Amino acid sequence: MPTKRYSAFAIAREALRHHAGWARAWGNPVPKSHYDVIVVGGGGHGLATAYYLGRTFGIGNVAVLEKGWLGGGNTGRNTTIIRSNYLQDPSAAIYEKARTLYETLSQELNMNVMFSPRGVMMLAQTEHELRGYIRTAQANALQGVETKMIPPERVRQLCPILNTDGPRYPVLGALWQPRAGTARHDAVAWGYARGCSGMGIDILQNCEVTAIRQKGGQVTGVETSRGAITCKKLAIVVAGHSGVLARMAGFRLPVESVALQAMVSEPVKPCMNVVVMANTVHGYMSQSDKGEMVIGGGADGFNNYTQRGSFHHIEETVRALCETFPIISRLKMLRQWGGIVDMTGDRSPIISKTPLGGCFVNCGWGTGGFKSIPGSGWAMAQMIARGEPGPLAAEFGLERFREGRFVDESVAAGVAH
Amino acid sequence: MLYLKCPYCGQMADETELASGGQAHLRREGPDSSDSAFEAYLFLRDNPRGVHFERWRHAYGCGKWFHAARCTRTLEVFGTYRAQMGAPPQDILAAIAARRGETA
Repeated sequence: MPTKRYSAFAIAREALRHHAGWARAWGNPVPKSHYDVIVVGGGGHGLATAYYLGRTFGIGNVAVLEKGWLGGGNTGRNTTIIRSNYLQDPSAAIYEKARTLYETLSQELNMNVMFSPRGVMMLAQTEHELRGYIRTAQANALQGVETKMIPPERVRQLCPILNTDGPRYPVLGALWQPRAGTARHDAVAWGYARGCSGMGIDILQNCEVTAIRQKGGQVTGVETSRGAITCKKLAIVVAGHSGVLARMAGFRLPVESVALQAMVSEPVKPCMNVVVMANTVHGYMSQSDKGEMVIGGGADGFNNYTQRGSFHHIEETVRALCETFPIISRLKMLRQWGGIVDMTGDRSPIISKTPLGGCFVNCGWGTGGFKSIPGSGWAMAQMIARGEPGPLAAEFGLERFREGRFVDESVAAGVAH
Repeated sequence: MLYLKCPYCGQMADETELASGGQAHLRREGPDSSDSAFEAYLFLRDNPRGVHFERWRHAYGCGKWFHAARCTRTLEVFGTYRAQMGAPPQDILAAIAARRGETA
């Protein structure tokens, strides 16, 4: 479906003709019987995979299958934080690739994704955390990721509403990434979908995969709620439901699905223009452009597919943030929701070939999915196009668990889990 | 909030008292097992969207490990049983079948 460019001129033109000329942002085609590549999952990662397949790797006969609506899963359920201050080299490489692509994503997609590099600070509130972040800052310097340690005075300057004096955990410093920030999550999914549609890639919504067909160890197609479709290559990009699709394909994954919650407050006047993560007390917060305080916390500990989390985790998160930001103690919460995140043993993603020929999987992003969308899609598209993982994906193969080559971010990096 | 009855001390414990231990009935691999078998034991999980047999510890109660049968899609609990059992007992399977018309 050809798309019309969005521009200031287009707004002026449409203003003069009662906005009658706006077309659908993406098509609603009837499924074809065959595609070269089928991407299962119409979230950010799946759409980005399809987009870069078409844009960068020249594979246009692609379909994205989504059982619900676009970006209705974790893409629309996160706290929109984008950062790349990871400790391990492979993580820093792929998250920094994603962050770099986010910088120009609005121009690339001709859709305003509202990327706001307002800066992310991770508070060091214990001596151990401080040493850990100093180590990360030094690793980031070697990796070419711009971060630095800042003292408590600078933390107070950057975020005056922060209580740096304790009582339990005074702020000893922070890991500061000035070019990290936030973006509008829905627009990321919509922008990629519109870009895909413009290249002739089919976006098939309400199309649930019910079975995966294979012959002689090679994938041949899928059965869906909208009929059977054959394909040469299949990409499973379904986050929390990866285990369900893997079972259809006949293998198991080192992944468990748990609920991660977030919430937003009533909108208030601008009071903080950075993202703050307080991982010792387990809460993080930023302010949206609408004025809502966007709050996230820890994931539940048990397997769960219900997209709602435990109440006591809300209490824990709110308690942590009231301690860190006393100003919010009387703020009312507007909405609370949960997403199903797929956690791996080393808290790093899986971008990999699978035991089934022609079938690729991209999952295990756990609590760090949104920030990685462009980089993940790019690396996945490269692997599908070549048939082999490229440099960005190489360290994230499934075989790393068997071979003991973890990309261990669970104990090393300042990641809130 | 999730409530599980500890089969040892008999208390109804809410999830703040409990620690989750993941999939139950994994068989530990020995020193002469293959790499793939060890990988399966250590990392690969069923992660079903439906009935899940799992380990829990009554961490802030009697401290004992036990097993539970629970649906990950509805959070319905079908029952709990002792950690010494190598497979789910008949009464738990019957409870699941009665509620679902399906076996796990």
